[in-house]
Amino acid sequence: MARFTPHTEADIQEMLDAIGVDTLDDLFADVEPRYKGELDLPPALSEYEALREVDALSRENVSGLPIFLGAGAYDRIVPSAIGAIISRGEFLTSYTPYQPEISQGTLQSIFEFQSMISELTGLEISNASVYDGANAVVEAALMTARLTKRDPKVAVSAGLNPRYREVTETYRVEVVDLPFESGTTDYSSLPDDVSGVFVQSPNFFGVVEDIEAASDAAHDVGALCVAVCDPISLSILEAPGNLGADVAVGEAQPLGMPLMFGGPYAGYMATKEEFVRQLPGRITGETIDKDGKLAYVLTLRGREQDIRRAKANSNICTNQALTALAATVYTALMGPEGLRGVAELSISKAHYLAERLQASGFGLRYQDASFLWEFAVELPDVVRANEALLEAGIVGGLDLRDGAMLVAVTEKRTKDELDAFVEVVSNAL
Amino acid sequence: MPFNLIRDKGREGRRGYTLPKPDVEMKELETVLPKSALRKEKPRLAEVDEPTVIRHYTNLSRENEGIDTTFYPLGSCTMKHNPRANEAAAVVPGFAGLHPLQPEAQAQGALRIMHELQGFLAEVSGLPYVSLQPLAGAQGELTSILIVKRYFDDAGDEGRTTVLVPSTAHGTNPATASMAGFRAKEVGLDDRGCVDVDELREMVDESTAALMITNPNTCGVYERNIKEIAEVLHESGAFLYMDGANMNANMGRMRPAEADVDIMHFNLHKTFSTPHGGGGPGCGAISCSDDLAPFLPDPTVEKRGDAYRFVHPEKSIGRVAGFHGNFGQMLRAWNYIRMHGPELRDVTDMAVLNANYVRAQLGGTYRIPYDELCKHEVVVQPPQGKRALDIAKGLIDYGYHPPTIYFPLVVKEAMLIEPTETESKETLDDFIGTMLELAETSQEDLEAAPTHAPTRRLDETRAARQLKARW
Repeated sequence: MARFTPHTEADIQEMLDAIGVDTLDDLFADVEPRYKGELDLPPALSEYEALREVDALSRENVSGLPIFLGAGAYDRIVPSAIGAIISRGEFLTSYTPYQPEISQGTLQSIFEFQSMISELTGLEISNASVYDGANAVVEAALMTARLTKRDPKVAVSAGLNPRYREVTETYRVEVVDLPFESGTTDYSSLPDDVSGVFVQSPNFFGVVEDIEAASDAAHDVGALCVAVCDPISLSILEAPGNLGADVAVGEAQPLGMPLMFGGPYAGYMATKEEFVRQLPGRITGETIDKDGKLAYVLTLRGREQDIRRAKANSNICTNQALTALAATVYTALMGPEGLRGVAELSISKAHYLAERLQASGFGLRYQDASFLWEFAVELPDVVRANEALLEAGIVGGLDLRDGAMLVAVTEKRTKDELDAFVEVVSNAL
Repeated sequence: MPFNLIRDKGREGRRGYTLPKPDVEMKELETVLPKSALRKEKPRLAEVDEPTVIRHYTNLSRENEGIDTTFYPLGSCTMKHNPRANEAAAVVPGFAGLHPLQPEAQAQGALRIMHELQGFLAEVSGLPYVSLQPLAGAQGELTSILIVKRYFDDAGDEGRTTVLVPSTAHGTNPATASMAGFRAKEVGLDDRGCVDVDELREMVDESTAALMITNPNTCGVYERNIKEIAEVLHESGAFLYMDGANMNANMGRMRPAEADVDIMHFNLHKTFSTPHGGGGPGCGAISCSDDLAPFLPDPTVEKRGDAYRFVHPEKSIGRVAGFHGNFGQMLRAWNYIRMHGPELRDVTDMAVLNANYVRAQLGGTYRIPYDELCKHEVVVQPPQGKRALDIAKGLIDYGYHPPTIYFPLVVKEAMLIEPTETESKETLDDFIGTMLELAETSQEDLEAAPTHAPTRRLDETRAARQLKARW
């Protein structure tokens, strides 16, 4: 086995003597019922053997091919500098910065993360991140209930990622449906007892929604507006905070996190300063030390579970510090122009693919809607199309199971790959 | 100026990453989007080059202590060494590049990892049904309690409104109970710091849905009456949930199933060495008995013939994560368990040995409120007149990360020390020596500490009163 415990037999004996017991078994004398068998686990491997098996299993996955799947997780470029930073032991092997004097690295990086999210969303206060985009949506839904003093009940449309909706329902939030036609949501007739109105832009089908219309309608019924936004899109689209959104949330995975079969990612959450006390999760604030030196510390801790226990805003304990750090380093490397470059490349390539598919006779599901880098294309046989694509070494889009495929195009896709996609689909159908 | 922000180190026009050249015609944004949707002002982000980024965050990291730099006996957090083989596993391209929505047939390797890990956790707990989806320990708790809720809803038993929580519990326990729609009620302790079974017996009735127990508890003491506690709950139709934060004390020595626990969560980032990352990401996998299995989060992984596939528990509470959970952490934990096999018991033995050694050596100078065999951690109190906070800050000057302080809440001036199994006797002896020295240090010197850290003590009130949480 690979050993990470340093004790020799002599160490163990000396320590048992100091404790005043004879054997290791004696340390468990109070354990009842005691397990006396041997755990039925496969025999221990050395590091080399374990990693050889990991490598062998990895080859049972289809990987290394161009991917046209999106729907909440995107195959984007991850700059090498990110891995170099997040693998530093001082970040990797530390924990929640309860002792700020020796955690300024984590604390300042969270402060920078919060600042970047505030800038992108146009909202004053961001938290230190939550588990993932879906959980950011749930926490926002619960937050709207606390702020409006209404029962947790939110209005959403088919434009909200269905997985976000499912998680929201798991958390016992009532969800009501809004009409969704021609690729966008109709906010004209809202129930008057909802606590929150959700607008995802770009929505699940890649279409840009009218956040201002959603927030006006929400405010008319005394509800709050939550915008769910892809952070890359905020480099080119108006910030939700400037369009009346009270809360902005989303999935930070596109900011430098590998796909990794669904996680770890990170959710971001930002809101107006007046709502900060109902914001869940960690928040880092600026302060000074005894000598007057600038420093950072976890703040407004009275909202959290370890202080308020049953009365806390949420049971959430940790944020996603390391993946949030990845997002911070990504955003620093890219800067506003780099983020915009990623968005523009993705948009240009997605529109090129959509145009070529249309020229080949395949219609878009929402012909007149404005989309960014993801779109639904109608195909006579999506299953057959995806099989043909896989045979040609391409991972196709998401089968919406209603005669359409949801196709995502990132900056990583090349013209050759886009052309191949069109050719394979045309030949197969 | 050590605390310059990344944005202060930039200049308009600098770039830290070069994107591939366009190979299709670039679209003017105005031609594909309504002008009203476009951003009018660019976000005030850092505009910096890569060398500056690397240097900035490298220097920030040097303001941090981690397990890699120091002994980190943070009680209840299991800050054990994070084997680098786990990290090597997590960057293998066949896993790192796998999209969560790739069909099952394209993800057989990943599904096999998940299926095997489900089996490993079932074996360690004795509870046969596992969900790996919860994204953190607190979410594992919530998922468990939501399952209990759904069980009673399904049974048409509407009167189950209360979840009991011992006064030693982690803060997440009562917060979880509230979030799942229950009223949290506190159960008192006996003189050993364990759940008072007589009081429990008085409290449990038809309105009780579950008790949330941590075993060993947050004082590091084994809850010896756990079977009786389970019996009290089961007699009135309630469930016993176990917070598995302290499983590092149990592997191969105690299986929750044999203690009649119904459902529990694991912290893969504690027991199975996935890195804590400055506070996440973690993984809060859960395991449960037959009764509760139909309610597990959707989906779990099953093996049918030679193939692995997702299955959808019949009466699932739904999903708790956007995708399948933190797969990267599952892969690391799988690798860790493969490197240990049944010898996971040695991990537990060494963790318990180390904690008892610290207890034996600090006793006499520090007060040990529950002075009996402890498990993987021990709670101590500073000598009369000294404060836990000051000792903690004193430890910083000697290069240690302090233990957890002021928790558990039931012990005044508590210092919860969890050495873990990966520390040598020499490290423990040095730490013990420092603790004994600090017990003798003058109050004035202790209050001045830390003086050798990146900062002195901080004005936490100012941070809250004059909130500044962004540049």
